[in-house]
Parts: sequence; C-alpha cells; structure tokens
Amino acid sequence: MSASLWGRFTTRATTGLRPSASRFPGISTSVGTPPAARPRMFSATGIAGLALLSFLAALAVLGPILVPWTAADRDFEAFLQPPTANHPFGTTASGGDLLVLTLLGLRKSLLIGFVVAVAATTVAALVGAFAGYFLGWVDRTLMWVTDLLLVIPAFLVVAVVSSGHDDWIALVVLLTAFMWMVTAKAVRGATIVMRDRDYVKAARFMGVPSHRIVLRHVVPNLASLLVADATVNVGAAILAETSLSYFGFGVTPPDVSLGSLIADGAPTALYAPWTFWWAAGLLIALIVAVNLVGDDLRDRFDPALRACA
Amino acid sequence: MVRLVNYTALIVVASSLAWLLAAVTLDPRANYAGRTPAPPVAVVDAALSEVNLNDHDPLLDRYLTWISGVARGDFGRTWDGLSVGADLADRAGVTLRLVTAGLAVGALLGLTVGTLAAVHHRRWFDRVSGAVVFLLLAVPAVVLANVLILGAIRFNDATGARFLMVSGEGAGGALDRLRHLVLPALTLALPLAAVFSRYQRNAMLDVLDADYVRTARAKGLPRRTVIVRHALRTALIPTTTYLTFTFGALLVGSTVTETVFGRPGLGQRLITAIQTSDVNTVAGITAVAAVALLLSAVAADVLQRVLNPGRAR
Repeated sequence: MSASLWGRFTTRATTGLRPSASRFPGISTSVGTPPAARPRMFSATGIAGLALLSFLAALAVLGPILVPWTAADRDFEAFLQPPTANHPFGTTASGGDLLVLTLLGLRKSLLIGFVVAVAATTVAALVGAFAGYFLGWVDRTLMWVTDLLLVIPAFLVVAVVSSGHDDWIALVVLLTAFMWMVTAKAVRGATIVMRDRDYVKAARFMGVPSHRIVLRHVVPNLASLLVADATVNVGAAILAETSLSYFGFGVTPPDVSLGSLIADGAPTALYAPWTFWWAAGLLIALIVAVNLVGDDLRDRFDPALRACA
Repeated sequence: MVRLVNYTALIVVASSLAWLLAAVTLDPRANYAGRTPAPPVAVVDAALSEVNLNDHDPLLDRYLTWISGVARGDFGRTWDGLSVGADLADRAGVTLRLVTAGLAVGALLGLTVGTLAAVHHRRWFDRVSGAVVFLLLAVPAVVLANVLILGAIRFNDATGARFLMVSGEGAGGALDRLRHLVLPALTLALPLAAVFSRYQRNAMLDVLDADYVRTARAKGLPRRTVIVRHALRTALIPTTTYLTFTFGALLVGSTVTETVFGRPGLGQRLITAIQTSDVNTVAGITAVAAVALLLSAVAADVLQRVLNPGRAR
C-alpha cells in the first residue's frame, strides 16, 4: 500500500525537524527509558528560542503602534534614504518608512504562520486519528486523499486559486489544505498503536461511541506529538507564505508580509541594502526561533533522539 | 501491480483536478483585454475555442477534449497556439540539468559533513557544522538566491572577471553553461546539504554504536577502515533512499530557484503559465510533477530492497 511508502519518505526535514532515526527503514532504534527525574521544561536552546520568539512577537504587536509612521504614509523628502534618526530602517523608493513596513510584515507573517499551523495540525489530528482508529475503508479513503494532496504540487494550486483572491484568510485556508498530510500520517501510525491500549479497549467495551473515543481518548493522548508538530509547522507555513508572496501570489498590496518586502527589496539590494536586509534578517531570526522551540519540543517528545543530540 | 494501478489513478486524478481548478479559476480572455484596437468578441472566442480555452464552451466538453488528447499523448496547446508537450519537453532538460547538479553537490556536501560530524560527535566540528546547518534550514530559498546573487556581483566586481552569471541558461559552450549553472545549483544544494547532513549524522551515530562495529574494532581493524567499510556503508542506505525520493520532489520544487535566476525550466514556466492563464500548461506540469514524484518513490523503494535485502518485507 502506498500509505506506508509516503510515511516512510516524506519528512518535513527542511523546516528544521531533526529526522527521527526510527523512521529509517534500515535501522531500528531502541526507545530508551525516560529518565527517572522529572525533566526540565526546556533546554538552554529551547529557552533561547522561546525568548527570541517572544521578543519578535512583542515587536510585531507593539512596534507598529509605537512608530509615528503608518504603512500608507509617504515621506516626500526622503526617497530611498539610508537609515536616519527619522527613519531608523531607511525608506523605500517611494518614500515609505521601512521600519513600520517591516514590523507590519513581521506581524502578518507571524499571524499567518500560527493560524495555518494550528489549523493544519487540527485537521491532521482528526484525519489521522479517525483513519488509524477505524482502519478499513475509512482508512483507505482518507489515506488516498492524503496521498493525492501530497502528489499535487501545492505551490501550483495555492498560486492558481489565490491569484483570484486578495484576502489573506483565503491564503490561510489554502496553505492549511496542503500542510496537514505528513502530520496526519504520523498521527495515524500513533493511533494504530494506541487503539490496543487498555484504556481505549475499556472505553470500547463500556459502549462509548467510537467518535467520542477518538476525540476524548485518542487525540488528547497525542497532545505532545501534536504540539511539537504544530511548532514545526509554524516555520513551514511562514516559509511557504514567503515564497508565494515573493511571486505576488500570497499577500498582496496594500497588505505587506516579509515575503513581499523581500521581493520589493531584492532588486535594489545592491545599492540600497537596507531595503532587503531588515526583512530578510528578521525572517531568518523568526524561523530560527521557531525551529529552536520546535526541535526542543520534539526532543522531549521522542527520547530516542535525545541520545543523538 | 495493485500499487501501479493506484499510482496511475493518482496521477490521472491529480492532473484532472489541476486542470479543472485552473479552468474554473483562470481567465485566458484577459490576454486579449489589453489590446488597443480591441479585437471583436467573436474573433477572441474563435481563437480561444481553437486551443480549447474558451470559457463560453461547456466545461465538460472542454474537459473531455483535453483528457482524450492526453490519452493520445497530446497535452493541448498554450493560449497562443504552441504545443504544450513540446514546450515542456524542452524545459524538462533545463530543469533536469539543474536538479541533477544541485542534488549531486548537495548530497556530496551533506554526506561528508554529516559523516564527519558523527565521527567527531560532540567535538568542535560537530558543533560548528550543527550550528551552520541550523542556520541554513532557516534561510528561505528566495533569500538564499538573492544573497548568492549579491555575493556573486561583489565577487565579480572584486576580481574584475565576470565569471559567475546570475541570469539565464547560457547558449554558448560547456563553460558558458557552467557559469550560469553554479549559482542556481548552489541555491538548491545548500539547503539539501543541510537536510542530508542531519540524516547522515543520525544514521551514522546509530551505526557507530552497533555491535558489529565494536566487533570490527575489537578484532584489530584500524579505526578508519571500520568507519569507511563497515559503518559508512550501512549508514548510506537510508540516506540514499531519501536522496532518490528527493529527486522527484525537486523537479517542480525548483520553481523559486529557476524564477529568480531566470532559467527557462519547468518551474519558471509554472509561474508564467499562471500569469498568462495557460490552463493546459498548468495541468501538464502537474502531470509531469506527479509522474516524477511517484517514479522516484518507486525507485526509492526498489533501491532500498536492493541495498538492504535482509529488511525486505
């Protein structure tokens, strides 16, 4: 069946996920016993990531309010100026203040990243848990749809459909539609193991309806996997949004995102570096922060990986 | 056999969905809207009907025309009447060269770094390479491509020789092609190397702990021989399988790279096809992408069985 195949080879390693060694077909890892002492909440790198992420989030929320300029303002005395006291990040070719534009872009990228990640992980949890719990034709149908969505180039569909919509909500829905598949496969695998656990069996023999077993007993017990995956998905969603916006298919004017700012800044980056580097730097910092937190959560979830770290 | 039928069905459904979606959403008529002596509606209708893109014709009829064409190996025509099949065949070569170069460099770099990091586990090389890999994974392709372009321009200015070219494919000899290939291939290779090195490091760490490696050391083989002959050979199996699979995904995954560097490949065509509302081209590229992805999935599966017969299930 193709389901096992995809589960084996499709990883989201590009987003900074440390590929699980147990996913390698040739090698079996023994899952170590968890340490006796209660593990700390976060490792040093996790705390660093969390701090950076909070700082960027605060900047995105509060920054645009504190800056005296707005996205629509044009300073007709300063076209394409390097950073000055008046414009700490410099100005664009049409006199827009880059500080406020970059902060608004950061806000939009963060918002899209988080909403898409939460929505995609929710879909993944439901599809994966139902497929893994019921098996049979439910499983075959759901996994066939999952494979189909994996085969269709996501970039193409999102670009085609969103070129007709200017709404960023439409973009969120589209990105979500193409982001849940890999997590759903992982959830399905975990559910198949879980459906033979005693507490699930007990609920079944007590006559609890199947859909309630899935929602009340299976999904909540996968919480650690889901939280870790949602965090990794934030980075993936931001990266996807960036390349779409770069080509003008994602966030469209008057909205700005870090991707559209990078697209605007790239042609002038050689002689006006401030139009490119602020947005690019903030974007990289944002992804680094998200990946640091995500990797940390993942290590805590999978003790077998901690040995390698 | 069941899997083959299933894959064929996936390919057909995927390209049909892409065609329907594009046919419903895109508007080829817009290509004629900007002309200054506005062409008569009847002329536009005739021209669009000619290439099966007229949105006044019933959708089902257009779909049947398209799918029966595909069954005969004809992918239809673009809005200005060119053959989609011939166009995509030309571009496939450009993309194939880029992906092969990027994958080869990325795999070589990633495997080397990953193996060395595992051998020097928790020493300075491991830590430094780990940090670099982590940073690379956070850099989006659009940023990486533009940073490489900026770096190349600085490099050309500094040395006075215009060796690295940042746009196009290169029409001259092999050297000219190479000059145009270096930067886009690097854009693909660096993130791939980062991913591969993580895979390879984890696989190596698993293998280095294995009993047979300890036995090989205990019977007196030099450390280098054990690492290369015993550990590396086993650790390469999962990474090679993953590499094969990546090849298929990259065939359309190079969209960003091709567009930024202006290489006339499949990925770049995808962007222009959407901009000019070329429904048939969009569906054609989807079909190519689906075939490539599933072929490489099958190849990865076969390769894994060949390399590791003991684990075959």
